[in-house]
Amino acid sequence: MVKINWHTLSGHLILIIGALFMTAPVWVAFMSSTHSAETLFRDGLQVWPGGHFFSNYNEVLFEEGGVMKKVTASRMLLNSLTLGVGFAAGKVVISMLAAYAIVYFRFKLAAPLFWIIFMTLLLPLEVRIIPSYEVVAKMHLLNTYTGLILPLIASATGTFYFRQFYKSVPEELLEAARLDGANAWRFFIDILVPISKTMIAAILIIMFVVGWNQYLWPLIMTTDENNYTLVIGIKQIYQVLSEGGELPQFQKAYALTILATLPPVAVVLVFQSWFVKGLVESEK
Amino acid sequence: MSTVKLTNVNKTYANGAHAVRGVNMDIANGEFIVFVGPSGCGKSTLLRMVAGLENVTEGDIHIDDERINDVSPSERNVAMVFQNYALYPHMSVRGNMSYGLKNRGDTKEEIYEKVVAAAKTLHIEDFLDRQPNQLSGGQRQRVAMGRAIVRNPKVFLFDEPLSNLDAKLRVQMRIEIKKLQRKMGVTSIYVTHDQTEAMTLADRLAVINNGRIEQMGKPIELYKDPKTLFVASFIGSPQINLISVQFDGNLLKSGKLEIEGFKNLPTDENLVLGIRPEHLRTNDNGPLRLKIDLVEQHGADNLIYGTLIDAVSEAGGDLEICLRVNQKQEPQIGDVLKLEYDHENALVFNKDTGLRLV
Repeated sequence: MVKINWHTLSGHLILIIGALFMTAPVWVAFMSSTHSAETLFRDGLQVWPGGHFFSNYNEVLFEEGGVMKKVTASRMLLNSLTLGVGFAAGKVVISMLAAYAIVYFRFKLAAPLFWIIFMTLLLPLEVRIIPSYEVVAKMHLLNTYTGLILPLIASATGTFYFRQFYKSVPEELLEAARLDGANAWRFFIDILVPISKTMIAAILIIMFVVGWNQYLWPLIMTTDENNYTLVIGIKQIYQVLSEGGELPQFQKAYALTILATLPPVAVVLVFQSWFVKGLVESEK
Repeated sequence: MSTVKLTNVNKTYANGAHAVRGVNMDIANGEFIVFVGPSGCGKSTLLRMVAGLENVTEGDIHIDDERINDVSPSERNVAMVFQNYALYPHMSVRGNMSYGLKNRGDTKEEIYEKVVAAAKTLHIEDFLDRQPNQLSGGQRQRVAMGRAIVRNPKVFLFDEPLSNLDAKLRVQMRIEIKKLQRKMGVTSIYVTHDQTEAMTLADRLAVINNGRIEQMGKPIELYKDPKTLFVASFIGSPQINLISVQFDGNLLKSGKLEIEGFKNLPTDENLVLGIRPEHLRTNDNGPLRLKIDLVEQHGADNLIYGTLIDAVSEAGGDLEICLRVNQKQEPQIGDVLKLEYDHENALVFNKDTGLRLV
């Protein structure tokens, strides 16, 4: 006799409903992006695939004037990727080095400096956005990748995580390395970075997604269409839609939205396997 | 061929703690020295100063006539085995063993040969390509030793290397460490709080208490001829029996208990009589009476714990003592045994200074 486990069944049911609830909007956006502008205008949102998948995405990705006046979605994708990767990598490098200094070098100001860094958690970008803008503008870095990324990469959160992690590394490891003739730099590169792999992967994932979704700073920073990120592009295209007198190009907006969600999803999927592997293997 | 010499070595931490106080020591080439003492006595600090992991506040450390106070740890050419092994978790066994050689600038061929040779000595050649987390505790301990011997150092330093192993492995590794050290003839310093390890491994033993060397010498000398109360009570298992006594010019007295046979002791000081469990014997005419509380059967012999009748402990209560007897003797709990002791092995200390008088 098959015994029905109601507990498991109800659990799965709730999970399935939750998953459907979360993915339904993505599905609708994706399906709507495969229809023509007329269909969308006449019949509203679509839940089944239409016949314009290739033409819509081709137009958005590669044709000048497809979405904006001249910039294409592929260019915006590149900009977003640069921002996401630069932002995440920059944060990891800066916070690893800062945490290394704070934990392993005994200098008098280590503790106060750490707390100052920690307190900047209270000051998000939005609070300092005007002075930051002024600094970047005076350095003639508007509409450049450097200007886009550099003001964002100092990270109290990252520094804090790495500090906690380094503190949990047994001191004997450092001592063994010193006896093995490793200087401060070698210890960092040969020992500390490899054993932080898990942490690095975790912070890269989180920070890439945060960087990718940056909105306010790129919005203020970039005036040239060529420097738009995808997120800004979406905002601009909706603005055009609501202002223009032509037939609204909703299918392109949806295509752009779908494109904007793909890279973070890919990054999470790829790094997740590393992440889990790291967690399983790094038993000390 | 290396000697180690410590001259009036002191260590004071920034918070004012005086961890090591005026240590002098000459270690001969190839000697196996063990530092033993209770937790926090400064034995590890002393070892770490030799390794270069702690600064020397005052005094000099020489290896082979070279003053090494200001020489960096890696240039002292010493190797250390840590309690928690401190293997690099992300490197294979081979990587762990080669790392120091690589930093020293040895060529790949040299490194390969040395690592294989060291691995053979320690019987870990089959694990060379494994990661530390795929090894058992004993194997990790071997790798940690391999990492030390592969560099062919002047001095081996061991910081409680066996404390993380189970009892059986500990005995096995202890024997192997001793054999290995004999074979290689490398001067070694070994820190432990386990007096069995200390007694069995050491050529010479330094008992450290409160940052000072209480006594240094061959293990058997420290056992037979301890200079202080601390050494007498630290060395020997089970612990020496200590009886607080006063001398009245003729007899040693503890409560109503009176013990004969001692002469020329000060009458105006608090004394302690120390008798080891193995120096007590049952004898129907003996002067001491013991009421049995507990019998521990260890196989070859039995340990009898009980109250020494008439004697008073320091706190004013019953005085517990222990005696070691042959396993054929199986006394019952509650029995009273009459005991005699080896007079020539009885030790008398000044209670306040801890120094031995007889």
